[in-house]
Amino acid sequence: MSTKAQKSSALDILKKILSNQIFIPISALLILTIVNLIVDPSFFEISLGYSSDGNPVLSGYLMTIIDYGSELAILAIGMTLVTAASGGQDISVGAAIAIAGSVILRVLCGTETSPETIQAPIIVAFLVSVLVAMAFGAFNGVLVAYFRIQPMVATLILFTAGRSIAAWINNNQLPIVNDETFTYFGGFIPGIPIPTPFFIAIACIIVTALVLKFTNLGLYVQSVGINEQSSRLNGLNPKFIKFITFVILGICVAVAGLIKVSRLSTINYSVIAKDIEMDAILAVALGGNVLSGGKFSITSSILGAYVIQFLTTTLYKFEVQSAALSAYKAIVVIILVVISAPVVREKASAIWKKLVNKKAAAKQAG
Amino acid sequence: MRENAVLEMRNICKSFPGVKALQNVDFTLCEGEVHALMGENGAGKSTLIKVLTGVYTKDSGQVYIKGSDKAVNIKSPQDAQKSGISTVYQEITLCPNLTVAENIYIGREKGMLLNWKKRNAEAEKVLSSLGINVKPTQQLASCSIAVQQMVAIARAVDMECKVLILDEPTSSLDESEVAKLFTLMRQLKARGVGIIFVTHFLDQVYEICDKITVLRDGTLVGEYEISELPRVQLVSKMLGKELDDMSDIKGDSTASIDMESAPVFEGEGLVSDQGIKPFDFHIRKGEVNGFTGLLGSGRSECVRTIFGADRILGGKVKMNGKSVKITKPIDAMKNGIAYLSEDRKRDGIVGDLSVRENIILALQVKKGFFKPFTKAQANKFAEEYIKLLDIKTASANTPIKSLSGGNQQKVLIARWLLTHPEYLILDEPTRGIDVGTKIDIQKLVLKLASEGMSVTFISSETDEMLRTCSRLVVMRDGKVVGELSGEDLTQNKIMSTIAGGEE
Amino acid sequence: MFKLKKLVSVIATAAICLSMASCGESKPAAGGTEAKDDGGLIKVGIINNDPNESGYRTANDKDMKYTFTKENGFDASFAYSLKNDEQIGFAQKFIQDEVDYLLLSAADTAGWDSVLKDAQDAGVKVILFDRTIDADPSLYEASIVSDMDKEGQTAVDWLKGQNLPKYEIIHIQGVMGSAAQKGRSGALDTAVSELGWTMVTQQTAEWNAEKAQQIVQSVIDSGKSFNVIYAENDDMAKGAVAALDKANISHGVGKDVVVMGFDCNKWALEELLAQNWNYDGQCNPFQASYIKEIIDTLENGGTIAEKIVIMDEKGFDATTITQADVDNYGI
Repeated sequence: MSTKAQKSSALDILKKILSNQIFIPISALLILTIVNLIVDPSFFEISLGYSSDGNPVLSGYLMTIIDYGSELAILAIGMTLVTAASGGQDISVGAAIAIAGSVILRVLCGTETSPETIQAPIIVAFLVSVLVAMAFGAFNGVLVAYFRIQPMVATLILFTAGRSIAAWINNNQLPIVNDETFTYFGGFIPGIPIPTPFFIAIACIIVTALVLKFTNLGLYVQSVGINEQSSRLNGLNPKFIKFITFVILGICVAVAGLIKVSRLSTINYSVIAKDIEMDAILAVALGGNVLSGGKFSITSSILGAYVIQFLTTTLYKFEVQSAALSAYKAIVVIILVVISAPVVREKASAIWKKLVNKKAAAKQAG
Repeated sequence: MRENAVLEMRNICKSFPGVKALQNVDFTLCEGEVHALMGENGAGKSTLIKVLTGVYTKDSGQVYIKGSDKAVNIKSPQDAQKSGISTVYQEITLCPNLTVAENIYIGREKGMLLNWKKRNAEAEKVLSSLGINVKPTQQLASCSIAVQQMVAIARAVDMECKVLILDEPTSSLDESEVAKLFTLMRQLKARGVGIIFVTHFLDQVYEICDKITVLRDGTLVGEYEISELPRVQLVSKMLGKELDDMSDIKGDSTASIDMESAPVFEGEGLVSDQGIKPFDFHIRKGEVNGFTGLLGSGRSECVRTIFGADRILGGKVKMNGKSVKITKPIDAMKNGIAYLSEDRKRDGIVGDLSVRENIILALQVKKGFFKPFTKAQANKFAEEYIKLLDIKTASANTPIKSLSGGNQQKVLIARWLLTHPEYLILDEPTRGIDVGTKIDIQKLVLKLASEGMSVTFISSETDEMLRTCSRLVVMRDGKVVGELSGEDLTQNKIMSTIAGGEE
Repeated sequence: MFKLKKLVSVIATAAICLSMASCGESKPAAGGTEAKDDGGLIKVGIINNDPNESGYRTANDKDMKYTFTKENGFDASFAYSLKNDEQIGFAQKFIQDEVDYLLLSAADTAGWDSVLKDAQDAGVKVILFDRTIDADPSLYEASIVSDMDKEGQTAVDWLKGQNLPKYEIIHIQGVMGSAAQKGRSGALDTAVSELGWTMVTQQTAEWNAEKAQQIVQSVIDSGKSFNVIYAENDDMAKGAVAALDKANISHGVGKDVVVMGFDCNKWALEELLAQNWNYDGQCNPFQASYIKEIIDTLENGGTIAEKIVIMDEKGFDATTITQADVDNYGI
């Protein structure tokens, strides 16, 4: 009897784990880790070196992952909220990053293409870009919330026009920032051997966690995403809540934009953050969030973002042609979507149950 | 199998994690019989139906269908259809953007080629033989709910079903529509179809059914001929206890009314964009009143206007003598008004959220964006009300959508009680829920009033309102046409006021 | 996902409509002034790729606008698209507007025959620049192009001339199949197979600096040794260098890694001047003067000797580049 009870409780725990949405990105992470361990354990080596400026720097594939996955993680925060509240996705984040990055460079460089010294403090440039990105987020938000346009359709406008706007902000010039400190955001802060983007991502995650703890953003967004009518009758303003998620995504866009332009100290309007919107949406989906809105888990989305980078880095390591990367991502998406489909999970747990029962029966018979 | 039986279910068991939903339940349906399946919410009616229609797979037991000696194994709704079992749900499951004829034939075309002209003609024949007055080429969405239901039934009939399950078909129908549905049911009965009828309306059971099977807590209580089971006994069998006499509910509800101070709520010339005429309304402390009238007479629209749920076009509002402005729900909530909406699913529950979150939602919103409750606080509130209203849920963490209708309703009532309103509006709180809960709610209303709360109570079942309200506002075509209180509070008087004032 | 794709195609069409519309708007204005006083201006319609595409294109467009002005005796209309079918639409419009010359930088090599025949029938003279097309040479007067194979060969010859003790190359390619990629990759591929150089990795970064950075980062992480980065444009070279800087791998003249780029962006040439990079191959965007010369010849009744005009293109070495080179050739 006691063993049976134990078994059933173990089954319950297993079920709980299976039904928890964070299970999806974690299992993906595990699979990638195992594959890399088997094929080449050196993947996980981290070594301490010195950068050309003589500062200590950690390097290795894992560092690359937490470095390059960070913009995506930051975007995933905003994208998760937008998805949860509006039941749709913002496909203009790549173009919006081009705009935000362009604004930063415009403020830093003024009208010159490559000034010797920056024309304004970096923090000012960043804050201006935050405001601009929030304004563009607000534009999307108004279209979605107040004009009731489907999010993907509404954000098409910026998706189409954004990169031209970015180019226009700098008169089609490609400004270059010649300032040491500006490279810190996309690189390393002297003396700290871990890439700065990771710290920025952590900061964003902490801020988000605090906001979710000390405000009702989570509850409100989920309510609106699940049942707009009920939410309104409970005193919420669903339109405003949808609107605000787009503005929050705007902030995320500005932060990601800062990292992106800092990496190279310049910008290329047509390719910066190219296709990042698809990765951001994928991160949300990988996090097990329902793309039609409602309940969400930002932790899962962030994990999802790093999983995507993990995958990208792994593929680069295996020297997969980068043009084929998206095809591999597509395969992963298909597998994940299938695994996470309720039908499959139910079937899997039924099979598991059968196996356990058979074993128990065999034992009893024995 | 019993003689004449079209369906026999034997020793059906079904359990869900932590719950034994059905335990050795037997059910027998005979040819040409209307058989009521009764029980409180959670008694196992839905589960039994879902096992029968292949939505759930049973854990054990056998199902026999006329025409085969072997037990049939129903694994999917398609299997059920093939075995001659058809279901018409409360929510129409047809395609609203197709025509009536298309809806009757969709999904069971035999060849690739379709002759819609022929189809339409056949549909016409089926419909007219059943006395359903609708054109086959009409788009389904343009028909009334009642007609849509009848189309669903016509579809079932055309598939030559032996067993027809009607799951709460009458909840959104008015009286004349119910009458039409019953005519149709009698026709089917005459054709030898066995009908399983699930409903909460006792009157309807006694009007149309031949037999009653009562379930309680997942077990079979018994099967009875309708003539052998008086109402009171039916109710007591469903509840598993002797029913308090219904008339006991009615206390002296006028006693608690505070006539001295200014009315808790006083509105003048209230009007919204939902097509009601401007109306005046007031309610005093400790008073229970109601809006009555036929479906669509504007009674819901009136209370929605009070709460600011629709767009407000005009009117003045005073709360406790002080002028206030209410244009949206949050204004009303801040002024101590709570509103339990009519459509539980659409306007009430937030399905994927837990019972706890659903309970605290309104109070949380009222409290403000920057002041979330801690998890411990939220849990305390939830546990308190789960106990207080006897909400049956696995835990406070369970998503509300997995609760039964009556328990969902209790959660919503808890949500509003938690805001400690001065004035509580309950719009159809008893619709689609079991008898036990209905009585609980009515008792609760009177208790709240005696503690000084003002309550507006709306129900389609007039006797419920007569029992609870001390004053009734009567509506017709979006207009207030009368107000009844004291001696005038009788069925007849209400009917005549609704009809137009002739005695 | 399907929905997404659909949407993306919707955007694409929306974009087409938008650009069409903007073209349509700009033209009547130009045509209007034209109708009143022909004033002896030569009417040219210029179809180019999107100037935002790259620094090369921006410089090219600027050069065109600078050359074909009223002061120089031209009445020029411009139309931009990265898509062939849109460009063909623009060409038809220009023919209807009776331009004297149609200057074309085609997005794609195929599909131009019929519209160019129309042009010929209407007496519109066609001059191709920057890109060639698959059409009968009789359909156009001249084609002014860069020779990408030559660009690649010049660069590889230079690399050969460095006489490095070993050649371990990271090859970062442009968008696969583009003329620039083919030309610049071809020369290197041949050299690698003939001279026994080691190709450490060969990946496309699709002209994208971020991707180039990740590709080089991945090689560094793997611990493989390399001493040449051959990037097919300046942006990608910059991305590669950013990865090197992070990992403290020295680069430039006399350092561990040789960095090679193409296009001669001004900022890239400045990197050469600072000896951070080693080589930059020119891809000359200044075709306008060549075109103007041809038009002048034709207007004066002359004939064009060579249909295909290949522009002079240089390769710059960090050890010999001067400030004057940066100013003259930087784009």
